[in-house]
Amino acid sequence: MKFQKRLLRAEPNFQILTKLWQVNWLYVILICALAVVGYVALYSAGGGTSRPFAGPQSIRFCFGVVMMLGIALMSPAILVRMAWPLYIFSLILLVAVLRMGHVGKGAERWLMLGGMQVQPSELAKIALVLMLAAWFHKISYRSMGNPLLLVPPALMVLAPVALVLKEPNLGTAVIIGTVGASMFFGAGMRLWQIALLILPVPMLAKVAYSHLHDYQKARVTTFLHPESDPLGAGYNIIQSKIALGSGGMWGQGYLHGTQGQLNFLPEKQTDFIFTMIAEEWGYVGGITVIGMLLLLVFGGMLIAMRSRNQFGRLLGLGISMNFFLYCAVNLSMVMGAIPVGGVPLPLISYGGSAMLMVMFGFGLLMSAWVHRNATFGETTPGEKD
Amino acid sequence: MKLRKKKSGARLMSRPEEGKNPSRGVFTRRALLLMAAQGAVLGALGERLYGLQVLNGSHYAKLAENNRLSKRFFAPPRGRITDRFGISVAANRVNWRALLLAEETSDIPGTLERFAQLVPLEPRDTTRIEHELRHKRRFIPIMLRDFLSWDDMARLELNMPSLPGVLIDVGTTRVYPFGPLLAHVVGYVAPPAEKDVVHNAELALPGMRVGRSGIEQTQDASLRGQVGSVEMEVNAVGRVMAELDRDEGLAGDEIALTIDSGLQQQVLGRIADQSASAVVMDCRNGEVLAMVSNPSFDPSLFDSGVSQAQWIEWTNNSQTPLINKAVSGLYPPGSTFKPAVAMAALRAGTLSPSDRISCPGYIDVGGTRFHCWSRYGHGSINLRQGLKYSCDVFFYEVARRTGMDVIAATSELFGLGAKLPEIELPHVRQGLIPTPTWRRAHGHHWNGGDTIVSGIGQGFVQVTPLQLATYASRIATGRNVQPHLIRSVAGRLAGLTDLGHATGMDMPENFFEDIRAGMYAVVNEEGGTAPKARLDIPGVQMAGKTGSAQVRRVSRAMRESGHFNSANLPWEYRPHALFICYAPYDAPRYATAVVIEHGNAGADVAAPLARDIMTDTLRRDPVNHREPPGQEVAQAEVD
Repeated sequence: MKFQKRLLRAEPNFQILTKLWQVNWLYVILICALAVVGYVALYSAGGGTSRPFAGPQSIRFCFGVVMMLGIALMSPAILVRMAWPLYIFSLILLVAVLRMGHVGKGAERWLMLGGMQVQPSELAKIALVLMLAAWFHKISYRSMGNPLLLVPPALMVLAPVALVLKEPNLGTAVIIGTVGASMFFGAGMRLWQIALLILPVPMLAKVAYSHLHDYQKARVTTFLHPESDPLGAGYNIIQSKIALGSGGMWGQGYLHGTQGQLNFLPEKQTDFIFTMIAEEWGYVGGITVIGMLLLLVFGGMLIAMRSRNQFGRLLGLGISMNFFLYCAVNLSMVMGAIPVGGVPLPLISYGGSAMLMVMFGFGLLMSAWVHRNATFGETTPGEKD
Repeated sequence: MKLRKKKSGARLMSRPEEGKNPSRGVFTRRALLLMAAQGAVLGALGERLYGLQVLNGSHYAKLAENNRLSKRFFAPPRGRITDRFGISVAANRVNWRALLLAEETSDIPGTLERFAQLVPLEPRDTTRIEHELRHKRRFIPIMLRDFLSWDDMARLELNMPSLPGVLIDVGTTRVYPFGPLLAHVVGYVAPPAEKDVVHNAELALPGMRVGRSGIEQTQDASLRGQVGSVEMEVNAVGRVMAELDRDEGLAGDEIALTIDSGLQQQVLGRIADQSASAVVMDCRNGEVLAMVSNPSFDPSLFDSGVSQAQWIEWTNNSQTPLINKAVSGLYPPGSTFKPAVAMAALRAGTLSPSDRISCPGYIDVGGTRFHCWSRYGHGSINLRQGLKYSCDVFFYEVARRTGMDVIAATSELFGLGAKLPEIELPHVRQGLIPTPTWRRAHGHHWNGGDTIVSGIGQGFVQVTPLQLATYASRIATGRNVQPHLIRSVAGRLAGLTDLGHATGMDMPENFFEDIRAGMYAVVNEEGGTAPKARLDIPGVQMAGKTGSAQVRRVSRAMRESGHFNSANLPWEYRPHALFICYAPYDAPRYATAVVIEHGNAGADVAAPLARDIMTDTLRRDPVNHREPPGQEVAQAEVD
């Protein structure tokens, strides 16, 4: 068939089963292990039943695994072709969510699509990674020195960042911007270009703060002085710290975390799921989860380095950075290290679109691994000039 | 952080890449750099987690414990008050009430409207409910209506499905089975005022009551009991998840009064509708057996709140139903003061029992003529006759000879114008025996005439009925009897009930004999002022003294017009009628003081009343009974 031919064009010798064999199963097992941690934690967050959170989430995960494997089989050439439409689609969704999104905690984030709550910003991140990887794949390392060639990808980053900021979801905007920047960095952006970009940052930060919404400013102030408003905005931070502290070294025991089980912990099934885990399983449990997350991040980076094509490398780097940033922002947030902002812990927090998009990302990463030896459409110094 | 990454990345970049595909080498180095940064960030977070969970864990664990535990308190049952025979005079009754839990209904106005259709809410209730809805947290129940009848409850139970958030609950309320009969002694309770709650947070508990008068007020602390508590695990919104520990608290102490409610009822029956006060005491140990102040009020009205109309009616009533006349009413003792004047003179040596003083019907002192109540005088009489005839001139002269300082000192030993430290009632007034020093302290000159007038218990002299009863007791026994109302607390007898408690008064017994003989003559001898007080019990006599205290000066013109009759005066200008007495004469056991406001002559009004009261007391003989004597005592209904 035509489609199948196209699918297999880059690596004509691969059959589907062979490709499946090529999937990095160790990495998949690690993903599943974290999903199990998530299931166990959501079971506790539901008060000792799987009904409200754990059950639906595990179904989504299973669906996500299938999707991940499906994407893993797609050749880079197809993915590169998907990049533009997906990116445009994500921008359309971001505009749509601004027009008719559902307000949650002062930010327009949700969009109802076919009875499902969708967070367009989740899709936008993955689409941007794919888009940038495809773009940088096409230009040679040497031509990176030409600043004009960096303008289109810069606009590709700024468009979703601006739209997400408008939502306004500061946390996600920063993550998207940082993922984009890291990909510029990985693609081989020159030193002087980097220096030129960094200089105006402090000024921009000042302007940005003045445009923050009141509830975002409140988050910054209560982050600096959480005790100033213990029952208001500082409540989440204080209760989260209390829960972590009461966990101690060995934890209060599964299903026996008083803070979480008695609902003192806000949003324990989403943003504060890690607090719940650390309260019930103690520091030992908490550091284990952090270790597993770090393994996933490093694994992704190693997969990226192993790829022989720039597309795969940058795809791996973008996906890993995105995953890492989500973990880091969420963990810093629940430990009171940065202001609170609705950033879930990937794979563990309850939430449909976040879970699907994380698995979508891992699918792209897996594809980069499966097709790590492929070379296609890349302008290498030997071929050109 | 981003900034740092890129700067160190630049260092790696300084080595130009050689080879077929420079981008892969650059990528690997930069990716390793990013990994180092990622590892550093997650490592730092792991370190922070260690700090939060392990290093400062105990601090946060304590905070968590405080978070989770909530101690709630509940009101203990208030102690019962009984009379001397264990009959309840203040008890607790089960009170069914309807509460509203605001968090369990989404439509509060609708629920209230449907509720009001079933059980009517008064405007006062509605405003209170609205106030509480605004000020209480949503999980604290609000009282809608209490004292629900069976019909109300049945209607509510039937309609429960349409009344979300409404619950029926049982509490207790204070009841006074005898109502107005003992209102002044027992007092009443009322919900605590906001300033009470400031001083004692326990009072904020639903069902807590504060004693506002009488024994309820003075014994509030022991009646109140100890607050019980439940320690509960609560969740973040305060909903109870589990009960961890329970302290039932302690019910308030049961207090037994010295009052005999049956006798109290009989005394009130004798007083009928007169504005009067009467005190019956055990004259050996000071137990107050009956203390009546008429008219009275219904003490149970205060628990649920007194209506404006009722309050105005009480405060505008010239017969002062809210005031306990027995301890707060001040009256000139009139001639009942004469035994005290006599004792003062005997002790001072200015009078001997055999001294005779001539009464021509008047006496001139300092240019003023003071009249005896008898226009024709009593001739030459001694102390015994002076008391028997209640001769004013005799006591004018005795007072003149003795001086007011000496009289005041002695009469205070009898309890007149003195503090009665053991009486367990609030608003006890001390009264006054005037002295020249007191008069000067108020910027006036003490005239000789003031002493003369004071000698017959007029002028500035003011005493309470309880003081008069104490005075009669002390004359009868020669002991420092202390009137008191509490017989036992939580089953332990109060110390004062002991017969040996009262010490002897520092006065010669023969002087007492002379005075008692005079008081015996008042009642039992031909020509005494109170023949109407003679007891109709064979072999038992009582001794007494009449008193008619003018409330305004009788002018000479009125007196000399010949047909002066105080009974023709408007009620509030008529003299008070007083009588003090004790019986049996030869073995005193009971003492009584009666004051009838504006009752005219003590001899005609107060003496017969005192006789009837004393007769009832002697017949019942409450101090020698362990069970309520007599079947005529109607038991008040107790739920």
